[in-house]
Amino acid sequence: MLAKRIIPCLDINNGRTVKGINFINICDAGDPVELAMYYSQQGADELVFLDITATIEKRKTLVGLVKKIAANINIPFTVGGGITSVSNAYELLQNGADKISINSAAFKNPKLIKGMSDEFGSQCVVLAIDTKKEIDGNWYVYLNGGRIKTNTKTYEWAKQATKSGAGEILLTSMNNDGTKNGFAEDITSLLSNELKVPVIASGGAGTLQHFADVFIKANADAAIAASVFHYKEIEIPDLKKFLSEKKINVRL
Amino acid sequence: MNVAIIKYNAGNVQSVLYALQRLRIDAVITDDKKEINKADKVIFPGVGNAASAMKYLQKNNLDKLIVSLKQPVLGICLGLQLLCNHSEEGNTRCLGIFDTNVKKFKSDNHNFKIPQMGWNNIYNLKSSLFNGVKENSYVYYVHSYYAELSSQTVATTDYIIPYSAALQKNNFYGVQFHAEKSADAGAQIISNFLKLCS
Repeated sequence: MLAKRIIPCLDINNGRTVKGINFINICDAGDPVELAMYYSQQGADELVFLDITATIEKRKTLVGLVKKIAANINIPFTVGGGITSVSNAYELLQNGADKISINSAAFKNPKLIKGMSDEFGSQCVVLAIDTKKEIDGNWYVYLNGGRIKTNTKTYEWAKQATKSGAGEILLTSMNNDGTKNGFAEDITSLLSNELKVPVIASGGAGTLQHFADVFIKANADAAIAASVFHYKEIEIPDLKKFLSEKKINVRL
Repeated sequence: MNVAIIKYNAGNVQSVLYALQRLRIDAVITDDKKEINKADKVIFPGVGNAASAMKYLQKNNLDKLIVSLKQPVLGICLGLQLLCNHSEEGNTRCLGIFDTNVKKFKSDNHNFKIPQMGWNNIYNLKSSLFNGVKENSYVYYVHSYYAELSSQTVATTDYIIPYSAALQKNNFYGVQFHAEKSADAGAQIISNFLKLCS
């Protein structure tokens, strides 16, 4: 049976792991390669690396980091942050990344999704969406790390993107991110039940039960967390044992 | 030991090289026929499209070379599929080592998304490839096409239906999952492959 995936997310800034709370207050959380090795030994199913301040001059640092990660860990990993072209993606895949996550660039240039999926296959293309529930009750797409609001509803964008070839959706709820009050179950559930591709829930993990809820109630295929793992508030073996006792299929 | 990883127009070659390096084995990524012929072990990896991969192999005469190899050969993912008779992907006639066909997963159930992406278990393990690997171990999959069960199936996985997680015929081995990304179980399988005698 296909297992639900637990994915630590490492936000990378200048080659170091950082974690913002509600996208601000960035503080240092360690060496990414060391953390990656630690997490793979702990039973993480995949890793996501997001270069949060990706600029052209820092691109080389990221490629070097990808190479080091690929050489040292034996589980799949996704790289994202500032990838705007098929050739950017190619360079990271060539150096050992398994999947590429694209966000604002794909929204501004939807042809990027098709370009990448035609070139590398849709299994390589992870569409990341930062989303926020507004007072009108709808979830909207935000761009540029949550700084720019669009008038596009998240479900519409996700549907269009999967038609263009996105193979997976990484859905981050800005309302939940950093709160440790649980994942956004409503929007995760909508996407997961309506789309034909896997949905990774992100934002809000605080307790073991939050993971169980997002898998059972929202039917997420995978769940991402950062700070609860980085600061060892939740250890992956404990989490998987808990989920397994709740009859959720995880890789032990 | 000489290990050759066949270079062709399919991705994921680098990850296989890294996996071997973690086992302290140096390998070459090559499309040089002499080099592939004289290698002790040959790995035939791949992520990509069956039709375009077969065309590339034929154009470069790698198709004839691969089927003539006498040393242990390990196909991974698309590599396994290309070693079968036929693939539905692009209605492609493949290399015909394994006596089975490759079909596309069909699902209208949101619990079975396509591609299958993630960790699933392997059972009915029947090859020395799986020495020291427990029944129902988890391995990492990313695929939309699968090889049907056959008498050459040496490991099975269930996703929508049971299919060939691994196939073996004579010196030819194939795994549908990404052994190079399958944590300790994957490393054990690759290490077992490297221990096979020619």
